[in-house]
Amino acid sequence: MKRLLDVLREDCRLTGTKEGCGEGECGACSVIVDGEVVNSCLIPVCQVEGSSVTTVEGLALNDQLSPLQRAFLEYGAAQCGICTPGMLMSAHALLLRRPHPIRNQILEAIAGNLCRCTGYTKILDAIAAVSSGNINKPDQSE
Amino acid sequence: MQKFEYVSPTTKEQAVALLGENWGDVEVLAGGTDLLSLMKDYITTPRRVVNLKGIAALSGVRYSASGLRLGALATFDDVLSNTAVRRNYPAIWAAVEGVTSPQIRAMGTVGGDLCQRPRCWYYRAGYGLLAKDETGHALVPDGDNRYHAILGHNSGAYFVNPSSLAPALIALAAKIGVYGPKGARQVDAAEFFRAPGGDGEREYQLSPNEIVTEVLVPAPGGMKNATYEVRQREALDWPLASASVALKLTGRNVGAARIALGHVAPVPWRAGAAESALVGKAVTEQTAAAAAEAALADAKPLSRNAYKVQLARVAVKRAILAAAG
Ligand SMILES: Cc1cc2nc3c(=O)[nH]c(=O)nc-3n(C[C@H](O)[C@H](O)[C@H](O)COP(=O)(O)OP(=O)(O)OC[C@H]3O[C@@H](n4cnc5c(N)ncnc54)[C@H](O)[C@@H]3O)c2cc1C
Ligand code: FES
Ligand code: FES
Repeated sequence: MKRLLDVLREDCRLTGTKEGCGEGECGACSVIVDGEVVNSCLIPVCQVEGSSVTTVEGLALNDQLSPLQRAFLEYGAAQCGICTPGMLMSAHALLLRRPHPIRNQILEAIAGNLCRCTGYTKILDAIAAVSSGNINKPDQSE
Repeated sequence: MQKFEYVSPTTKEQAVALLGENWGDVEVLAGGTDLLSLMKDYITTPRRVVNLKGIAALSGVRYSASGLRLGALATFDDVLSNTAVRRNYPAIWAAVEGVTSPQIRAMGTVGGDLCQRPRCWYYRAGYGLLAKDETGHALVPDGDNRYHAILGHNSGAYFVNPSSLAPALIALAAKIGVYGPKGARQVDAAEFFRAPGGDGEREYQLSPNEIVTEVLVPAPGGMKNATYEVRQREALDWPLASASVALKLTGRNVGAARIALGHVAPVPWRAGAAESALVGKAVTEQTAAAAAEAALADAKPLSRNAYKVQLARVAVKRAILAAAG
C-alpha cells in the first residue's frame, strides 16, 4: 500500500513534502486535504480519492513565491529546512482561516510541526510578518 | 507494509460483514493516525483493511435534552468546535483539547481514540502486549518503564491505556455503542476496557467482528465535571497522568462523585476509594488532597516511574478542585 506521502513524492515527484518520523509526531509531511492540515504519512492514498490536496509546491503562483514563503526567507525561518514545507502548510492553513492571528494562535497552529533547528522564534516572526503585511514585495526580495 | 485488500463500505452492516473471526486478520481504519504506524512497523499485518470513513451514519456530534451523542467517526476537531460540549462537558472538552497537534485533531476520531493500541515501546518494537522476550521473561519490570503503569499491573500487562477521552467518559457515566453481526449493544464506558492476557486479545470488550458506532453521554443533570492532565511536552505527546472528575453537589457537599485516572494503568482507572473519600464532604484543598491520596493508596510503581504517583495525585486533586470551582 502507498501512503499519500509516497504517492506525492515518488509518483507525482513532488518532493517538497518531507518524511520525518512517519508516525504523526513531527509534521514534516503536512499537506492540506480539503482545507485541513493533515499528516500525509498517516493516510493510505485510497482514502483521499476525490479529495483536493495542496502541497508546498502549490503555494507559489506563476513562479512567484507566496508572501508566506518570502517571509520565511526574509526572517531566516529555515535552517536545515526539513520542517519548512510542513511548517508552511500549517501556517498557510492558519492564515486562510484567520488572516490576523495573535501569537498564541500561531503557536497553536504549528503545535503539530517539530523544528529541531530554529527554536521557533524566527518562524513565529515570519508568520506574524505576513499577517501584519510587514514583508518586502516580490521584486525586492532576494 | 504487507499487502492487503482495501474495502470501503457505506453502511455499518456491510462493514461488520467484512470483519474477521480473529483479531488481526482484518483491521478497521478510521483516521489512520494509529493504524498506519502499527502497519508500517508490522505490529499488525491484516489481510484486509475496512475503511469506516465512508459510513456517514457514524459521524457527527449531537447534543439534545437526553444528552450527547458522539459518532465514532467524529474527529477531535468536531468535538472541540461544539459549544454544547464546551459548556456542559468540560471534562470531555479539556481531554480533547489536550491533543495539541492540529493534524491529529483533524484526523483522529472518537472511536479510534478509544480503540488505539498501547504506546508501550516494547509493544511497538514487536515484543507483544505483555512485552516478553523469547524465553517468556517480562521485560518491563526491570526495563525502561518510566512511562508504564503504576496501578493495576498485577495481571502482567504493564502498558498504560493511551486514551485521553476514556477517563472523561467513565467519569460522566457514558455508554459505548457497539455494532456486530448480532446487532447493536451498549457497554458502560467503565466496563469497556480490559487488561489483555496475551497477544491474541485486545484491551477492550469488542469481538473481532464488532465496531464502535457511537458514544452516548447522559445529560449533565447538574454534574459538574473537569479533566486535569499532567504532560511533559505540551505538543505531540500523551499525558503522563490525567484525571477526570464528575461531581454532584448537594448544597456545599458532594452528593455523588465519579473519578477516573488516565495513563496510569492498563485500563482507564476508576478510583472508587477517592470517590468514597469525597462523598458527604465539602470540596476544599484538604478534602481534594485526601481523595487524591486515597486514589493512589494502592499504587505499585515500577523501578523507574515512582514520580508518576505524585503526578497522578496532583491530577486528581486539581481535577476535583476544577470540577467544584
Ligand atoms: C503525535 C501524537 C500525539 C497523540 N496524543 C494523544 C493524546 O494526548 N491523547 C490521546 O488520547 N491520543 C493521542 N494520540 C492518539 C490519537 O488520538 C489516536 O491515534 C486517534 O484518536 C486514533 O483515531 P483514528 O481515527 O486515527 O484511529 P485509527 O488509527 O484509524 O485506528 C486506531 C485503532 O482503533 C481501531 N478503530 C478505529 N475506529 C474504530 C471503531 N469505530 N470501531 C472499532 N475499532 C476502531 C482501529 O482498528 C485501530 O486498531 C496521539 C497520536 C499522535 C500521532
Ligand atoms: S513524517 Fe508524518 S508526521 Fe512525521
Ligand atoms: S529548520 Fe531544521 S528542523 Fe526546522
